[in-house]
Amino acid sequence: MLRLAHKHDRAIRYLHWVNVPLLAVMIWSGLLIYWAYDPYQIAVGNFVLVKFFPDWFYQALDLEHGLSTGMAFHFAFMWLFALNGLAFVAYTVWSGHWRELWPNRRTPIEALHVVLHDLKIRKQPLPLGKFNAAQKLAYCGVLLMGAGSVVTGLAIYKPTQLAGLTFLLGGYEATRLEHFALTVGYVLFVLVHVSQVIKAGWNNFRGMVTGYELVPTSNEVTTDVRPEPVAAS
Amino acid sequence: MSDPNPSPLPEPSGSAAPDAAMRRLTRRGFVRGGIAAAGGFLGWTWLRTRSKVDGISWPLRSVQRFNERLWGSDGLAPEFPANRAGDMKLNGPVGQPGNTDPAAWTVTTSQPNWVDRVFRLADLAGLPRVEMTTEFKCIEGWSQIVTWGGVRLADFVTAHRLGRRTDGVWHPYVSFATPDRAYYVSLDTPSALHPQTLLCDRMNGAALSPDHGGPLRLIITVKYGIKNIKWLNTIRFEDDRPADYWAERGYDWHAGL
Repeated sequence: MLRLAHKHDRAIRYLHWVNVPLLAVMIWSGLLIYWAYDPYQIAVGNFVLVKFFPDWFYQALDLEHGLSTGMAFHFAFMWLFALNGLAFVAYTVWSGHWRELWPNRRTPIEALHVVLHDLKIRKQPLPLGKFNAAQKLAYCGVLLMGAGSVVTGLAIYKPTQLAGLTFLLGGYEATRLEHFALTVGYVLFVLVHVSQVIKAGWNNFRGMVTGYELVPTSNEVTTDVRPEPVAAS
Repeated sequence: MSDPNPSPLPEPSGSAAPDAAMRRLTRRGFVRGGIAAAGGFLGWTWLRTRSKVDGISWPLRSVQRFNERLWGSDGLAPEFPANRAGDMKLNGPVGQPGNTDPAAWTVTTSQPNWVDRVFRLADLAGLPRVEMTTEFKCIEGWSQIVTWGGVRLADFVTAHRLGRRTDGVWHPYVSFATPDRAYYVSLDTPSALHPQTLLCDRMNGAALSPDHGGPLRLIITVKYGIKNIKWLNTIRFEDDRPADYWAERGYDWHAGL
């Protein structure tokens, strides 16, 4: 027997989906800006592991010679991105859903268990809850990264008027690197997030579209939502 | 914001009902999502196809004006110990004249309904000297701490009673150009009169070299490098916003930091 169980509030779903194109525009316009001065790389000694970015990358995504366009879009969509993020955080606080996301002392070790479980190294079942510990860390982390992007972005956007903030973040040059590194973090988050959603399956994905999931009625007593994605089958 | 509590669903009866309800919810969700995505795409297309003002669609230009009004141009840029100053990358050769002899260099000032006046570098000698170590920020993204020496543009303007109409009100804009007019910059008057805006003739303890704009350039800490015009030859106060080299090429006219 299956029943419908409410999973995600409408506000969470809408703000989550609105964030998708906003983040995409911010990253795209940010790359147009970064192209004009692109010194960052990860190197061991003189050996370059990753260069941000090789020429083929800019060419493939048509990111060359777009600094003025990039700035025009970045400094317009930043308002929408920041407001959407602020609304998301405000709603989780107001609705009490922050409790589902906020990690506690046990979260780091539980997150490790989740990773070991997903890698099929650890066999014990995971504790029930809306989000597992790894999800809590990832979702909390990405919200903090969003706040970090806004703060570091403001510090390099107005380094004279917000000179104190720029100073606290380590100066103009350091803050530009921090702003960039946070973006790399988003991209890594999105890669993991999307692959986990694919792994968790249709019922879980549909939860973010409709707000509801189909769950076995036997779970009714313990919780109105199921843990994901482990119990998805 | 919506109701934080789940919206009540019709109570399902029988085992097929949750499936049917889920199908209905799914259809509704994807139809709404599809409409929203189409709306977003239309909005994006609209934004990208608006008529352009100097290469940038007008709604984005409007946001630039909004940001400009929001942030203004005040605040002092941080200064650094002189030992943190270093050499600066060479950039922007547009407007470099063949002859940069300081003894022959002139600066012409003008404003509406007023005679043009021609100054020599020696005319700056009576003004208080300023030395400041600030971070120069190129719009490309790189930056460099440099020690600049010169006189405040505000002191020069005040000493020679420039920039005001006969009723004492400031002309709202100032434009600057190289001798050949190949490079030109315009500023709002408050930014031009900012205490860290210099007529600069020294860099890192030496005379400003011709490649860096010598004998005279503008240093303005509240703006990106593009406004720090080299080989400064004319200063003109205006009532309407004057032309600006990089604003005409798609950049934000304000370019404030």
